[in-house]
Parts: sequence; structure tokens; C-alpha cells
Amino acid sequence: MTKFAILVFPGSNCDHDAYKVIDNIEGANPKFVWHKENNLSEYDVIVIPGGFSYGDYLRAGAIAKFSPIMNAVISESKKGKVIIGICNGFQILIESRLLPGALINNNGVKFKSKEISLSTKNYNTAFTNQIPKDKKLFMPIAHRKGNYRASDDLIKELKDNNQIAFTYSKEGGGNPNGSCLDIAGVFNKQKNILGMMPHPERAAELILGSNDGSLIFESIIKDTV
Amino acid sequence: MKAKIYIRYKEGILDPQGKTVGRALNSIGIDGIEDLRIGKYIEILFGDISKEKAESVTDESCRKLLANPNTETYHFEVEE
Repeated sequence: MTKFAILVFPGSNCDHDAYKVIDNIEGANPKFVWHKENNLSEYDVIVIPGGFSYGDYLRAGAIAKFSPIMNAVISESKKGKVIIGICNGFQILIESRLLPGALINNNGVKFKSKEISLSTKNYNTAFTNQIPKDKKLFMPIAHRKGNYRASDDLIKELKDNNQIAFTYSKEGGGNPNGSCLDIAGVFNKQKNILGMMPHPERAAELILGSNDGSLIFESIIKDTV
Repeated sequence: MKAKIYIRYKEGILDPQGKTVGRALNSIGIDGIEDLRIGKYIEILFGDISKEKAESVTDESCRKLLANPNTETYHFEVEE
């Protein structure tokens, strides 16, 4: 059984979606963990779900990074534990410096809620190993601050270390927010942490239009079994 | 004692909000604007502490939370 911790901050709103999707996968056991907790050692995987933690006050994710649970996330990350941050979860991982770069306002400053498609850039990771080669993944985005920014040096580093996880592809309308290099998700150098703006947990059942998102969760389970 | 903190995007960081507001001003007939950038202004009020202490607390607050060193710069003034 792969044990998933789904972190819950004040303002998280994709936590139940993530729970339901993970609960439906054979071999996975999800549990909610409130942000005031300070130990995650019993879990195999940590999910930081989407939402508006602390109302996005100051900067998205800026205040959540000081929640007690984030100390546990940082210490587990150093042990190589698998951590996925989705949307606001990605923003929290960036603010906590567990992932490089920055996320700023979308081009056009609009909240974008639509279906996009993704190209996978590295198939040899805990998050992508079950994705068929060249398959485009369709899933929704829903964010205002998803415009990924990196310095020239960082871009070189991301490319050299294969840290770009997903890019927006033209099949789903291309880059929706102005991210550099069409980046939709990145790994840390060790590839045990993934942050992505699109929502795989909202595209994990065909009745919702796509189940491509479940490939990411299935990859994680395959990797941690 | 009051600290006035100004937080701005670094040079070269895209500011879509500033661009949009700049274009909005153009669209209502206000000419001559080449670029517009939006930052944040924050005030902190202190009780009875020294100016040096207020400055160090303000600086620490900016470094640890108020500004994101990846994308933003800050400066502040402490007034008695």
C-alpha cells in the first residue's frame, strides 16, 4: 500500500479531488494531513493540492511556506520522498525554494480556467514512468499566477539536468499564460519533487472528459511500490 | 515609529499587471506613457523601540516573507 499524505491548508480546495482520485487507484491509501501537523515520516508520498492557501495574500504560497507542516515537507524531501505540488501546491514549493524559478501573473493578468494539453519532457521519473511516449496529456488549468519565470542560467540548468517535466503543447491551444519555454511543470534536481500548474486530479476519470491525469498518480504508485 | 516599505519587481521581470494597466490608461486617452510597473507598499508600525531595532526588524521581515528575492527588490524608510 502506498500511503499518500494530502496536505490541507486554510484555503486548499483541490484536496478532496486529489483524495478521491488517489483512493480509486489500486494500491493507494490517501489521508488528509492538516497544516499544523509536523511529521510526515509515515507517508510514502506527499501531495500539496491546489487552492488559495491563506487567500493568496502577499504572494501565492508565501504564507503557507511557514506552516509547521512545511518543515516536515522539507526534511522528507531531503530523504528523497516523492512530493507533488499541483497549482497552488506548485506555488508553495516555489516559495519554499524546494523548486527553482518563480511564478508570476499570467500574461493578460486573467484567471485562466480551460483545458490544455501537455508534452512530457522526461519519462524517467517517479511521476512520468507510466506515460506512453509522445502521448499528449489533456487536463485543465485554473490559475492566475502560473507564468513560470527563470533566469537564463536557471533555464540552462533545467535543460542540462532534464528538470523540465511538462510543456504546454499546441494540441490543447498552446501556452495559456506566457510561461518561458511553455513550461507547465518542473522537477527539482533529484527528481523526487514535481510542481505543475495543470490539474491531473481533475482529469482522472473519463466522465470528466479525460483520464490522462491518472497516469501521473499511477506512475507514482509504480515507483513507490 | 513607522517603516514604509516599497517592493518592486526586479528590472527585467515581466509585469503583466503593469502592462495591462498602462494599456488601459492609453485606451482612455492618456498619452505619453511608455511603461508602467506596479509594486507593493507596506507600512509597519512599531511601539517603543529604537530606530536601529526597527530597521533590523523591517529588513528581516522583507527578507523572510514580504519580498520574494527571486523576482522582487525592496527598500524602506523608518520614520520616528
